[in-house]
Amino acid sequence: MKIAFTTKGIDWDSKMDPRFGRTEFILVYDVEKEDFTHVDNRSIADQAHGAGPKTAQLLFDLKPDVLITGNGPGGNAATVLEKANLKIYIGAGDMTVKAAYEAYKNGNLKEG
Amino acid sequence: MTTSIVCLIERLKMKIAIASGKGGTGKTTVATNLAKYLSENRKVVLVDLDVEEPNSGLFLNGSLMNQKEMFKKIPNWESENCTLCGKCQSVCNFNAIMKLGENIMVFPELCHSCYACSELCPTQSLPMIPMKMGMLTEYKVEQLGFVGSKLDIGQEQAVPLIAQTLDYVDEMYSDDYLKLYDAPPGTSCPVIEATKDADFIFLVTEPTPFGLHDMKLAVETMRELKKPMAVIINRYGIGDAEVEAYCKVEGIDIIANFPNQRYIAELYSQGKLIYPHVPEFKAELLKAADYCKHLVKEN
Amino acid sequence: MKEIVIISGKGGTGKTSLTASFAMLAGQTAVIADCDVDAADMHLLLKPERIFEEDFYSGVAAVIDQDKCIQCGKCQEICRFNAIDNSTGQYLVSNLNCEGCGYCGHVCPVGAIEMIEQNVGKCYISKTKADNKMVHAGLKIGADNSGKLVAKVKHEAKASAEKDGKEYIIVDGSPGIGCPVVSSLSGADFVVFVTEPTVSGIHDLERVYQLVKKFQIPSGCIINKADLNEKVSKDIEKFLADNEIIHLTNLPYDESFTTAMTKGQTIVEDKTSPITASIEQCWQDLKIILEK
Repeated sequence: MKIAFTTKGIDWDSKMDPRFGRTEFILVYDVEKEDFTHVDNRSIADQAHGAGPKTAQLLFDLKPDVLITGNGPGGNAATVLEKANLKIYIGAGDMTVKAAYEAYKNGNLKEG
Repeated sequence: MTTSIVCLIERLKMKIAIASGKGGTGKTTVATNLAKYLSENRKVVLVDLDVEEPNSGLFLNGSLMNQKEMFKKIPNWESENCTLCGKCQSVCNFNAIMKLGENIMVFPELCHSCYACSELCPTQSLPMIPMKMGMLTEYKVEQLGFVGSKLDIGQEQAVPLIAQTLDYVDEMYSDDYLKLYDAPPGTSCPVIEATKDADFIFLVTEPTPFGLHDMKLAVETMRELKKPMAVIINRYGIGDAEVEAYCKVEGIDIIANFPNQRYIAELYSQGKLIYPHVPEFKAELLKAADYCKHLVKEN
Repeated sequence: MKEIVIISGKGGTGKTSLTASFAMLAGQTAVIADCDVDAADMHLLLKPERIFEEDFYSGVAAVIDQDKCIQCGKCQEICRFNAIDNSTGQYLVSNLNCEGCGYCGHVCPVGAIEMIEQNVGKCYISKTKADNKMVHAGLKIGADNSGKLVAKVKHEAKASAEKDGKEYIIVDGSPGIGCPVVSSLSGADFVVFVTEPTVSGIHDLERVYQLVKKFQIPSGCIINKADLNEKVSKDIEKFLADNEIIHLTNLPYDESFTTAMTKGQTIVEDKTSPITASIEQCWQDLKIILEK
């Protein structure tokens, strides 16, 4: 199983990025392999409009099973993610990646 | 009236846009009251172009004449011949079309209808189709014509709806109508679209620091568009005299000072016209109406 | 660190005056972000002194290289925005009309068209009279506010708050329901609606609430000029209760807002006004809500 996080850094201790569309990084944790990969999304700051669906497309190609983020994606991004067939958990915007993962495992995050 | 304005009358047709630098200054109050009052004696049509937050209609109770869905063109994916080459996605500057796996997805509200993806598609798999973006309604309020458009929730581009609404008005209302536009607030693209076709601009402001600051931006915008203009002060008596001082220095006429009264705010909150109830308001409205009459001297 | 965004569907409800009041009350504990870029008025009350400024670029517009142009007219033919004019004998792009779609660049047979990033204004970091830092922007005429500009203003505010260990970011949100307001809301911990009991006020509140609901951000509402129309005020209160929006406070119709503004002050600087106490209480309540 692969879990994607919207983050401000690339390891367990990084802060989560509460924004979906304009998140700085997407961190993907492979639960079986216990392995991290990341995608640098910082160039999204150049997009005047439509950051949400563009980041959603990136996520679509990464094919995670779960997304953990802050506020949750807006309308357009949500439409893309529906196609990606993944579960979305929100409310982790204030946490570190590690804490967000723990909260998810313990069922403490709201489903988006 | 200054000579420069007298000269302008000669080439004026009859389109006056009522605009303001910021929201909440009383632009809609001025537009609805002025239009209704003028319509007692001449042909007038009021056009609500504040399509994101159209509120003029809330103050006018008339009989519905026409209701029309308004469309913009967006690409529609036909999968049959599509090779998933991704050209559409690469030419779109608005993130409005995307290749997702084996699918092409269109985001209508991000689309600017530029036709690039459609016409550059090597297999013609993206024909442009109409998509509803809003609704135009037309009322008759006693003698007054009223046309207003409203953008659907989620639609982001006001400009095409404003342009189409103006086309409708030009088609349906002959040149002997005085056309009053209730323009959107601010200084960005929708305001420019709503005013670029007007012959004269009334800027509505409040005599406060916020009012003055935002009016200066509006004046600069209208100068950029080379539009003649005059100022109407709303809530006169509150705040300070800086707006008047500014207009004097800049040579901009102030044509009416609508008084500041709590009762007027109450009438507004109930969605009522002001001039039938407040004589001091009506006196100022007469001044604005006179100014209009001078501007458009019947041919 | 908590981010509070203050929004209102329509203009003239007192949003900016209230945001500036919260900025005064928060003082050194907050960084202020003005995302109401189209009508950026907060500086008139907070008197910021600029510490730093930089040019801001957003969107693109076409520029035709006259040395390369062969006058074929293809660009003009395909442009849906009437942005290309050749009445002077040269093909020239009108920046006011160009949407930046880039279609012309794709059809030009000699590659004479380049899309150039537009300098649309400036982004500033300043120090206000309340001794907090404020991030704000100034747009050029005809330039549109965008999600990108709002994101930039908020990013700078956040970076500054993080660096200096501030507790709050107070954001004056963008108007309307489009991309800029989405960007204003993104990442927020709490939203404060400012509305007024008028037919247009409630209408616009309902529209903007739809957006906040989608982001699942907890929210509260201040009804300004509440006594102007008791009936509509009650309707608004019912709407708040039905949608689990915290009813923060009602403020009366009072001209001391404008009196203070005329002096270049926020209302909370007038210690004699009864409204000052209400706003102070409201800020205390907000802080408690944010603790939870």
